[in-house]
Formats: sequence, structure tokens, C-alpha cells
Amino acid sequence: MFSLELLLEAILFGVLLGCFYAAVSIGLSVAFGLLDVPHIAHPAVMVLGAYCTFVLGRLGWDPILAGIALMPVFFLLGMAIYRFYYETFEKRGTDAGVRGLAFFFGLTLIIEVGLILAFGVDQRMVEADYIGKSLKIGDMRIPMRLLVAFGVAVTLTAALTFYLSRTFTGRAIKAVAQDEPALRLMGANPVRIKQRAFGIATGVTALAGAMLIIVGPVDPSLDRVYIGRTFAVVVLAGLGSMTGTVAAGLILGISESIVLTLFGASWAPAVSFGLLLIVLGLRPQGLFGR
Amino acid sequence: MKRNGAGFWIGAAVAVGLAALAAFTVKNEYVFFAGYLVLMSIVLATAWNILGGYAGYVNFGTPAFFGLGAYTSVVLIQSIGAPLAVQILAAAVMSGLLGLGAGLMTLRLRGIFFAIATVALVVIFETLFINWRYTGGATGVQLLRPPPLPPFESYTKMLFVVMTVLVVVAVAIARWIQTSWIGRGLRAIRDSEEAAECSGVPTLKLKVLACTVSGALMGAAGAPMPMYLQFVEPASTFNLNYGIAALASPMIGGTAHWLGPVIGATLLSSLQQIVTVTISNEMNVLVVGVLLVVFVVAAPDGILGLFKKLKRAK
Repeated sequence: MFSLELLLEAILFGVLLGCFYAAVSIGLSVAFGLLDVPHIAHPAVMVLGAYCTFVLGRLGWDPILAGIALMPVFFLLGMAIYRFYYETFEKRGTDAGVRGLAFFFGLTLIIEVGLILAFGVDQRMVEADYIGKSLKIGDMRIPMRLLVAFGVAVTLTAALTFYLSRTFTGRAIKAVAQDEPALRLMGANPVRIKQRAFGIATGVTALAGAMLIIVGPVDPSLDRVYIGRTFAVVVLAGLGSMTGTVAAGLILGISESIVLTLFGASWAPAVSFGLLLIVLGLRPQGLFGR
Repeated sequence: MKRNGAGFWIGAAVAVGLAALAAFTVKNEYVFFAGYLVLMSIVLATAWNILGGYAGYVNFGTPAFFGLGAYTSVVLIQSIGAPLAVQILAAAVMSGLLGLGAGLMTLRLRGIFFAIATVALVVIFETLFINWRYTGGATGVQLLRPPPLPPFESYTKMLFVVMTVLVVVAVAIARWIQTSWIGRGLRAIRDSEEAAECSGVPTLKLKVLACTVSGALMGAAGAPMPMYLQFVEPASTFNLNYGIAALASPMIGGTAHWLGPVIGATLLSSLQQIVTVTISNEMNVLVVGVLLVVFVVAAPDGILGLFKKLKRAK
């Protein structure tokens, strides 16, 4: 029943899936890992991006192109969300933890129900040339859609890692995460840098949403599963570590794929949350923790 | 606070009395069917507030405790046909143990990490029960109600009165915790855990206690659910919406006082019932989300906070 071939296939799928998970988590890695914003609404924003891609796809746009076109819009959306969060919670300072969490939880709900009201609870998908085809290697069939998502995911992750470590603003974002008061003393405005960083994180999430709908059909409550996946990746990675995000994505992807092959689909949702609980219990600072 | 002691117990007795009176006079079954849900949400909100409101640990995992309680009942009904009182007690014990575990997690996890861990609990328990054949797996299990105990003419009415008693128990416990040294300790943890620890507050002991009590009450609230619906399945039992309502109610009512979750849950749950019946089920979830955001942003201390401000203005 279980053979080496099956295991190899599971691992290959796991790698593809893992890079995809890394890419959908990278926005959260910036927002939560670097900026310490309890952004539980991240998966919901991503699903929103997927639905925007769906709408553009209906107009004849290619999903990847749509995802890229959505990035500036989501960048502005992210800036607005952060500004609001800052003005109402961070600035007041008191009890920001509980209320901030509740705020993002409420935001999740509003996006979710908004999507249900607009599109219904049915699953939606997009059409493109590469969706539905598959690449044949020996006996294995690898769906093109996973390969495309894999390609975009790798590019996106590499680009963001490069941006954060090489450009001026990118380094400023990292600096804000390390020592905010110091940055303030140097005459920079940490709030503006954080606002831009949150915008970038949200913009990246739009493209992640486009990949989400390329990889499989999307429904409004999909974000609930991804709360587990994205937070598992970010926490396992160690807050804010980009290399760690890729490694953690791969670990999650491979373990999910193996569990799927061995025990069946009904156990798969518990993998990410189980992994998350184990990491939180044993090594809360993650693999590449600060 | 002490001087209200007698008033509180008289109020509680009146509430139970009114519920019983209604059970024998009002004929419309739907009143009890809807009322049960409102009462249940009061228990859940009050239980949530013991940990979330007093100690400041956000628990999204209400459905895990609630669902474990419900499934404890299912197992007891299927195996030995246990009566309702035994179901409730056993569910409280099981969910209390889960709370004990969650409480030990707070040793290392704070803020958002604790919150995310509680979401994980929900999904893990849902997956477990989806894959457990004995309780019906993903398709769920249908249950038959036994005849109601003598003074009651229908099972729904009996459950309504039982839930009223549970409300009184939950609120009395929350009130006792709030006014005793435990509540003061929990508030100290909320304001600054380090400072509390340094001033000799036994933080871990208090957090574990709060988690256990909170979990046990949520489990007790879930225990009558299988008999209420006569049907249980994992997806709706472990639905995160319970968690959201349990969190939103105290936020709306006010988290500092035991009365806050009672007011919040009564308003929110009644509104939800009305919206579900008159508009749609989706709108009912939206109402919770919008109210939660509005209150958290505009009235951080909830309705009780607004009243206080009004008093001071006069």
C-alpha cells in the first residue's frame, strides 16, 4: 500500500505546496513578524484578493496579471488599515493587545460575510491556459497550476527578501522592528515606515490571493484554514525571518502532503494547527528566531 | 460590592422563578427555543470574560470547550444513556481539564500566541471528532430525547429552565471571582504580568484557575446542546462563530464587571435571533462583526463604560 514512489511523490508535492505556503505567509511575516501587528485578518485579506482576481478573471484578465494589478490597490488598503489601527489602538497604548486582536477578528468576519453576500457560499475558480493541464514526469503527474504558483511564489519571496535586505526602505523597515526608539532618535518617523511596510505586506497578499485561486477553488470561509497555515509558518520561521519563512513553508507543505497520502484528507487541516501547537510549546521563538 | 450581596441573590432567585413560571404558562415553544440560545450565549460570554476580561488573555477557542462538552454528552448518552445532570457535570469536568491544559500553555504563551493556540485547539478537536466513528464522524449523529422530567411538559422548556440555572451559576462564580482576591490578582496580571509576579501574585496558579473555571463553564453550556438539537455534527459544533460571539458580548457590554457580558450577550444574542429570522444567517454574523469593531474602536469599555461616563458627566 505504501511505497517509496508514493513517498517521493508526496515529498515533491510537499515542496511545491510548501513554497506556496511560504508565499501566502510572507505578508504576515512582515505585518506580524516585523511590525508586531496581531494581523489575524491576513488570511481574510488574501481571500479578498482571490475574489478580486476572480472578478478581473471574468473580464478576461489572466489571474497572475490580475494579482499584480491588484498589488497597488491593496498597498493603499494596507496603509489605510494600519493608519486606522495605529490611531485607535497603538497610539492610545492602553490594553492594545485584547482590543487589537478583537478588532482584526471583527475585520475578518466583516470581509468573510461581505464576500458571502456578494458572491454566495459557492466555490469559485478562475480559468487560464495553464489551469487543468499537468506535467508528466515518468508516472507522476504534476498539475501545471501548482507549478505556476510555485514559480510566482519563489519570485515573490526572493523579491521581498531582496527588498528588505538591500534597499533603503527595506532596511528601515527592519530597523523599526529592531529598535523603534532608536529610529525615532535618528529623526525618522517610525509610524510612516510601519505604515508603508504594512502596505507592502498587504500588497504582497493580493498576489498571494491570486495564487490561492490558481491553486484551487476558493470559498469565503477558506481563510479559517489559512489562519492555521500562515501563523504556523510565521511562528515556525521565527518572527520576521524571511529565510525561515521559506524553510517553515517547506516543512508544513511536506508534512501536510505526507499526512494526506498516509491518512487521508480528513486529517489534513489538523496538521498546520498541530505543528503550530508543537512549535509554540517547544520552541516559541521558532527556527530562526531573533 | 458586598452590600449588593443580598440583592444579587434575590435577583438570581427571581430570574429562575420567572423562567420556571414562563415554562408553565407560556404556550409558544419557539420562545423557549430562541430563549435557550440567548441564555446559552450569556453563559459562554460570562465564562469567556473570566479569562479574557479579568486576566486579559484572549481565547478564540470557546468552540473547543463548548464542543468537547457537547460531545461528552453524546458519548454518555450513547454508551450508558446518562441523565442530563450527569451529562452537564461530566462535560464540565472534561472541558475543565482542557482548560487546565490551556492554562498551562499560558506559562509560555502570551498575547496573540495564546489566542492563536486556542484557535488551534478548535481545529484539532474538530478534526478528531470528524475522524471518530463512534460519535458519527463528519456526518454527525441523531439522538432521541427521553421524555421530560415530571413537572415539565416539554423537553425544550426543561432545557430552558436548566440553562437559566446554569446562567445563575456562571454569573455567581464570575461575580465571586471578580470580588475576591482572585479577581484582584487577575486584574494585576492583565495590567502587567511582570509587575504582578514581582509583587507576589501567584500568576500561574491564578491563570490556570481562571482557564479551568472558564473552560468548565463553557463545557457545561455545551452539554445540553445534543439534546436541544437532537443532532450533533462536528462542523457546526466546533464553529468559530461561537467563539466570536463569546468574545464580542463582553466587549460590547464591558469586560471589567460581571454584568458586562450579561448585558452584551443578552443584546447581541437577541439581535442575532431577530436578524437570523427576519433577514438571513449571514447578516447575523455580519452584525456581530460590525458591532465588535464599532465597540472596540469607539467604546473600549463597552456599554457599562458608557454609563459610567454619563454618570460622571452629570
